[in-house]
Order: sequence, then structure tokens, then C-alpha cells
Amino acid sequence: MSDSHATTIENAAPDPHLRHHFADMEQQKNTASLGMWLFLVTEIMFFGGLFCAYLIYRLLYFPAFGAASQTLDIKLGAFNTAVLLISSVTVVLAVRAAQDGNRKQLVAYLVLTVLLGLTFLGVKAIEYKEKFETHHVPGPTFHFDKPFDDNGKEIPVDPQHAQLFFSLYFAMTGMHTLHMVLGCGLFTVLTVLAWKGHYSPGYYTPIENAGLYWHLVDIIWIYLFPLLYLISRHS
Amino acid sequence: MSEHVTSRAFSVALGIGLLVLTAVTVKAAFINLGPWNPVVALLIATVKATLVVLFFMHVKGASEKLTAVVVVSGFFFLTILLSLSMADYLTRSWR
Amino acid sequence: MASAAIPAKPTNYLTNGFTIKSWLLTTDHKRIAILYLISITLFFFLGGFFAMLIRLELLTPQGDLLPADTYNKVFTMHGMIMVFFFLVPVVPAVLGNFLVPLMIGAKDLAFPRINLLSWYLYIAGGLLFLHCMLNGGVDTGWTFYTPFSTLTNTNFIEAGLAIFLAGFSSIFTGLNFIVTIHRMRAPGLTWSRLPLFIWAHYATSLVMILGTPVIAITIVLVAVERLFHLGIFDPKLGGDPLLFQHLFWFYSHPAVYIMILPSMGIMSELITAFSHKRIFGYKFVALSSIAIAVFGFLVWAHHMFVTGMSLYAAMVFSFLSFLVGVPSAVKVFNWTATLYRGSITYATPMLYAFGFIGLFTIGGLTGLFLATLGIDVHVTDTYFVVAHFHYIMVGGQVMGFLGGMHFWWPKISGRMYPEGWARLSALFVFVGFNLTFFPQFILGYLGMPRRYWQYPPEFQVLNVLSTAGASILAVGYLLPMIYFAWSLRYGPIADANPWNAAGLEWKTASPPPTFNFDETTVVTWEAYNYDEIEPKELEVPR
Repeated sequence: MSDSHATTIENAAPDPHLRHHFADMEQQKNTASLGMWLFLVTEIMFFGGLFCAYLIYRLLYFPAFGAASQTLDIKLGAFNTAVLLISSVTVVLAVRAAQDGNRKQLVAYLVLTVLLGLTFLGVKAIEYKEKFETHHVPGPTFHFDKPFDDNGKEIPVDPQHAQLFFSLYFAMTGMHTLHMVLGCGLFTVLTVLAWKGHYSPGYYTPIENAGLYWHLVDIIWIYLFPLLYLISRHS
Repeated sequence: MSEHVTSRAFSVALGIGLLVLTAVTVKAAFINLGPWNPVVALLIATVKATLVVLFFMHVKGASEKLTAVVVVSGFFFLTILLSLSMADYLTRSWR
Repeated sequence: MASAAIPAKPTNYLTNGFTIKSWLLTTDHKRIAILYLISITLFFFLGGFFAMLIRLELLTPQGDLLPADTYNKVFTMHGMIMVFFFLVPVVPAVLGNFLVPLMIGAKDLAFPRINLLSWYLYIAGGLLFLHCMLNGGVDTGWTFYTPFSTLTNTNFIEAGLAIFLAGFSSIFTGLNFIVTIHRMRAPGLTWSRLPLFIWAHYATSLVMILGTPVIAITIVLVAVERLFHLGIFDPKLGGDPLLFQHLFWFYSHPAVYIMILPSMGIMSELITAFSHKRIFGYKFVALSSIAIAVFGFLVWAHHMFVTGMSLYAAMVFSFLSFLVGVPSAVKVFNWTATLYRGSITYATPMLYAFGFIGLFTIGGLTGLFLATLGIDVHVTDTYFVVAHFHYIMVGGQVMGFLGGMHFWWPKISGRMYPEGWARLSALFVFVGFNLTFFPQFILGYLGMPRRYWQYPPEFQVLNVLSTAGASILAVGYLLPMIYFAWSLRYGPIADANPWNAAGLEWKTASPPPTFNFDETTVVTWEAYNYDEIEPKELEVPR
């Protein structure tokens, strides 16, 4: 694997974005990109711990998890999934606009991304509010009504296990929401900088790398949605 | 730049494809497939994630294999965490 | 330093700016390494202070020095400081930061500002931890198992947050190293020409990136359970305390490889330099670092054998734990083979290297005993385990670090340390260390549990020996503080390559200029090309 860098002959003025310890912009770009990918790996492992806890308790307490999952609003969850997927498209289009040097389009797509992200957060807020109102927030106020099946028979479900589901629900979606907030903040900053003309076809690395972050947060939701919302909808 | 540039139309089409897959996974959740429900759901999620990684995150057509190696390693070690700890829980009741 | 009669020396990284701001806002990896050196050393001695309290209490069978609850806090503080604020960062953040760019012919690390950020995160974590300590500390043990850590009335969240910050410091260091090694090698410096120090730091960085986030989320979960009653580990809700242990050890076992791999990298440098010989089996040593990093992730539940985990899973983890010993053994064999027919110089770094080989081997072998289910049932949670990990951590890693500090001291400071005092202090360290920890193997085998503040009277003799050893060890640690500081002013001035060693770092001045090299070297030679370097009688000053 030979990606060491030969010194380039500098006969033109160096790019103002070139940092002193790099030989040229390509090395700098590839370095930044690898750095962001490695950071994303840490995010995968960070959320991974939560997924590990989730999978184990789902294995142990499946009926309770199923019953608890059914109290989540599948329409809102699916809507949010769609919102994030569309936002990933707008991110890709933003990067493409930067590559093409189209400032107006770049700003437009960045703004759209932020708006979609805020929409996601708004829906999450609605969902959390509903959980507060139905006393599904773990802690002293927690109360879970045992569900009934189609024949009107009460399904034996341990409310404590349902509380475990909700603990994980809030931990996982909460951590995801935090990352969404950071992502929206990041993209807002990028929007401002893009509007000021900071980016060009020769330099749009921050947009690309922020895009990678956004896509990963989307991927995490791609897994969260079926795991949390779709456990046992057919019963 | 030396890398592959995805066309805008393709990105939008892929986005629509991902939305369709989301609809499929929701529909599938309401069909009783017994123990296969979670498998189907996770499979669809994995397909979606793979598409995002390959095309939106430009892993396909990246100038070096290193990017793919990094992604795969991340998920590989996550799999280790999940599978080896599950190995404990799944076999506790064996005698 | 320069006097009027000597022409002005070119600036080096130390003389390039004398203001506090030039240090606190530096992005020079060498200055950041010095910042780390100072802060980590302070934490080391703080952790050592708590060790001293432990050993003083254990002089007598009764719990007569400290109340039991205080003793719990003392060993917790000792463990947390030593693990998270010393052992994990010391070699990568000090020697790694300083040497990685130099060894690969780069001007700096890939992300110099993130490097500075990682130091500030370390400091933030450290200050938070000090604050927690001053407010009563934590009594959970460094392993902060649930349910005790979710219920204790000591301030776990502060300590946990401190560790979280230190963890991110570690993640950013590892990220920086991986990217630097991939992207910034000098022309011609292929992977198979890299010094083994670099391979070792690369492997370490893989572990930092993949493992640390898991303990980060675990700390978050414990904090969230304490604050908001989101009870993931709470048995009352059906939560499993063992889930905590799985998540905790998923990081904390690979963490011990974060601690030892860099010192193994140092070993390869010291042994080749002081036998004036190529490493035996370069590819095997390089790949064994990667193997340790990867295999290290497969063995974590060997810390949980007696907890009620599945016996079948335990057998799998036991087998995998045997496997992980193999690459370490490969290294020891290869270092020994390197020594064979080498032209050996017994300078202080080499003395530490010899110490490492012997003591790490003992520590590693006792690890295999612990991996054996039948033995582990008997000695787990006894002083046998304590002795095992101190042999690796102190006998291995710390000796490696001290050897490395002596070896690269002329490069870092431009001065030579006094060899006589250094050898004496190495002797104190070796004798003190063995006297402290060998009796603990016996104590553990005889059944003395760890973390107890009182014990049956028949264990007293061994405990007294151990405390005596600790006092000698302490002297061995204090002496270098004195003579390294002394050497900054009075030590003989070192030239670029006082050890006649191979490696790009020796091709630039001691201390190096801020941007490391005056021109880009094109590397056309293999690592450790000692057969091409004329051996010379090393002037090792007394």
C-alpha cells in the first residue's frame, strides 16, 4: 500500500488553505477524509454499546419489548426515517454543488438539510412529549398498562421489563438526537461559510466530511427505526 | 478531483429507492413471518445502510481500498461485541 | 546554553518561543509531548502517593491506618489515576507524539490542532478528577462495577466524566497516529521499512479507536442511571449487572494492550540499537503487533469467569485468551534472537530492556495461568491478579517507558543524562519492583484477597516485604526526576546521534528544529540497517 507522498515542485502560489505540514492539497484532503472516517468508526462503536445492551435485553424480554414497542407511533417513526433519508440526498447534492462551484445551489441544499434535520427534531419532540404524557418515561413516574391481545385477553408482560425497553429507547434515541443537534449546528455553520464564499471546487473538504458525519447519523437511525418501532407489529 | 462523481439523478433515484425500502420494511412488520420478522427488518436496514455507505458516502469508486477497509473493520468489531456477548447470554441456560 | 563566544545556534523546538502562550497554544507535536510529559508525570506521582497509602496500611494485618471506606477510596484513586491518566496515555502521548512524525520523516502529525485538543481534554479530565478527589473521591474500585457504582453515595459521575474526557483525549491521539502513518510517510518509506515503534503505535491506535468509545458509552449509561433512573443495569428492573461487565471489559481488556504495545515498540528500538543489529524477524514482530491488537478484542470475558457467566462462553474466552499470548511470545523470542551475536552495550536503556524482557515474560505467563479456568477460580480477585498485572504494567510498560525516556532524552532535550546515576536508579527500580510484587504472587496463591484493608496475621511477612520493596521502587522513580532535571542545565550537550542508532529521528539535530527536518529525506533503506552503520564505541558518559 503506497500512499506516501513525493514532494511536488511548487511553481505556483500555494493554495491559501494548504497547511504547512502537507506537501499539497490532495494529501491534505485525503488526510482529512481518513480522519473523518476513523472518527465515524468511533461513533459506530459508541452507539454499538447501546445496540449491545438493546439486543441482549430484547433477547431476554421479548414479549415486554414487543408490547412496549407497539406504543411507539409507527407513522411518526416512518416519517422521520423518510425525512432523514431525504436529508442524506440533500447532503449529497450539496457536495455535488460544491464540486461544481455552484454557490447558490450549495447554500440551498445546506439550508434544506438543516431544515430537514430540524423537522426530525421537531417530530422527536412530539414523540417524547407523548411518552411523558403516557407515563412511559422510566423512573418514579413510570407506569405501563398491560396490553391486551385481539381476543381481549391480557398479555402477561412484566412492566419492569417494559421500563427497560423505554430506558433503552430514551438512551438510544436521545444519543441519536444529540448527534442530530450537533449535525444541525455543524451544517448551519457550513451554510454561513458557504454563503460567504469559502468553498470552491478546489476546496470543499469540510462539506464532504460533514456530509459523511450526517450520513452516519442517518445510518444509525436506519437501524434504530426497525429495532425500536417494528418489533412485533403483526400481533 | 480524482474521484468518481455521482450524477445528481442517480442520487435522487437512490433516495427514492431508500424511501421505497422504508415502506417495504414497515409493511413487512405487519405480516406475521414468525421468527423471520426481525431478520427481514435487519436485512432491509442493512441493504439501506450499505447503499448509503457505498453511494452517498462515496465508498464505491473511492480512490483507495483503505476507506472500505476502515468501514468494514468498524462493523466487524461491532459484530464481535454483539456476538461474543450474546454468546454468554444465549448459552447460560445450557447444562 | 549559548555564551557570547559561541555563534548563535539555530533555533530548535524548545528555543522557538519562550512565552507561556507559545507553549499553551502550540501545535508542534514535540511541545505537546512535553506538555503531556509534565502533566502525566504529575499524575503518576499522585497515583504513587495513593499506592504509598495502600502499602502503609498493609504493613499491619489490622486496618489501623485508614478507615475501611477511606481505604476503598484510596485503591480506587490509585487504580483510576494509574490506568486512565498514566498507563493509557504515557507512551503514546509522550514518546509517540514526539517521535512518530520524526521517525516517518514528517513535519508534524496529520492534525496538529487536534493533537493540542487532545492534551486539553486530558487536562480537563485530570482537573475534573482532582476536583472529584478533593470532594471525597470515589470508592467503587477502578472497575466501577454496577450495581455499586449506580448506588454509591460517592461522586461517581464526576470521576466518570473525567475518565470520559481522558478517553476522548486517547481517541484523538490514536486517530492522529493512524492517519499520520497512512498519509505522511516520507517518500520511499514503505510499510515494510517502518520502525517497529511505528507499527506498535499503529496497532495501539487501532485499539484506542475501536475500544475507547465503548467504555465512553458505558460511563454515560452509568451516569444516566444515577441521574435519571434510566436503569439499564438495575436488577430490580430485570437489568443484568453482568451487561455492565461485558461493556466495561470490552474496552478495558484491549486497554491493557494500549498500555503494553507502545512499550513493546520501544523494546524493538532499544534492543536493536544496543546490540547494533537488525531485528530478528521484522515481519513477524510487525504483524504480531497487529495480531495482539485484533486478538485483544476477543478475550474480554476472562475477567468474568467467576461471575455467573455461561460456562460454555467462558471456555471459548479461555481458549481465545491462550491464543492472544502467542504474538507476545513471538516478540519475546525475536528480541532474544536479536540479542544473539549482537554487539551489546549495557547503557541504561538496554538495562531497562533486559528488565522488560524478563518481567514481561513472567507477567505474561501468569496471565496464561489466569486464563486457565481451573486456576482462575482459585486466584481471581486475589493478590495473584494484582501481581500479574503489575508485572506487565510496571515490570513491562513502565520499564519500557523509562528505557525509552533515557534513549531519546538526548533527542528531546539536547542533553545527556548522567549514566552512573541512571544505572543506579535502574537497579533500584528492578530490585524494588521485584521485592514489591513477587511476594504478592505468593500472597494471592495463599488466598489473600485484593482490595482488603485487613488480613490474617500469617500474611504479614509477605506484606511487609512488599511495602519495603515499594519504598525502594519509589527511590528508583524519584532519582530520574532529579537527574533529568539536572541534565537540562549541566548535562553534556548531545549531538544528533549519540547512540549511533538507525532511524530518521537520529538524522536531525538534538533537539530537532520546529519543523523536524531541514529537507525531505527519500528513504531507500530497510529499518535497523545496522549492518550498514559502522559500529562505534558508544561514549556513555559517567
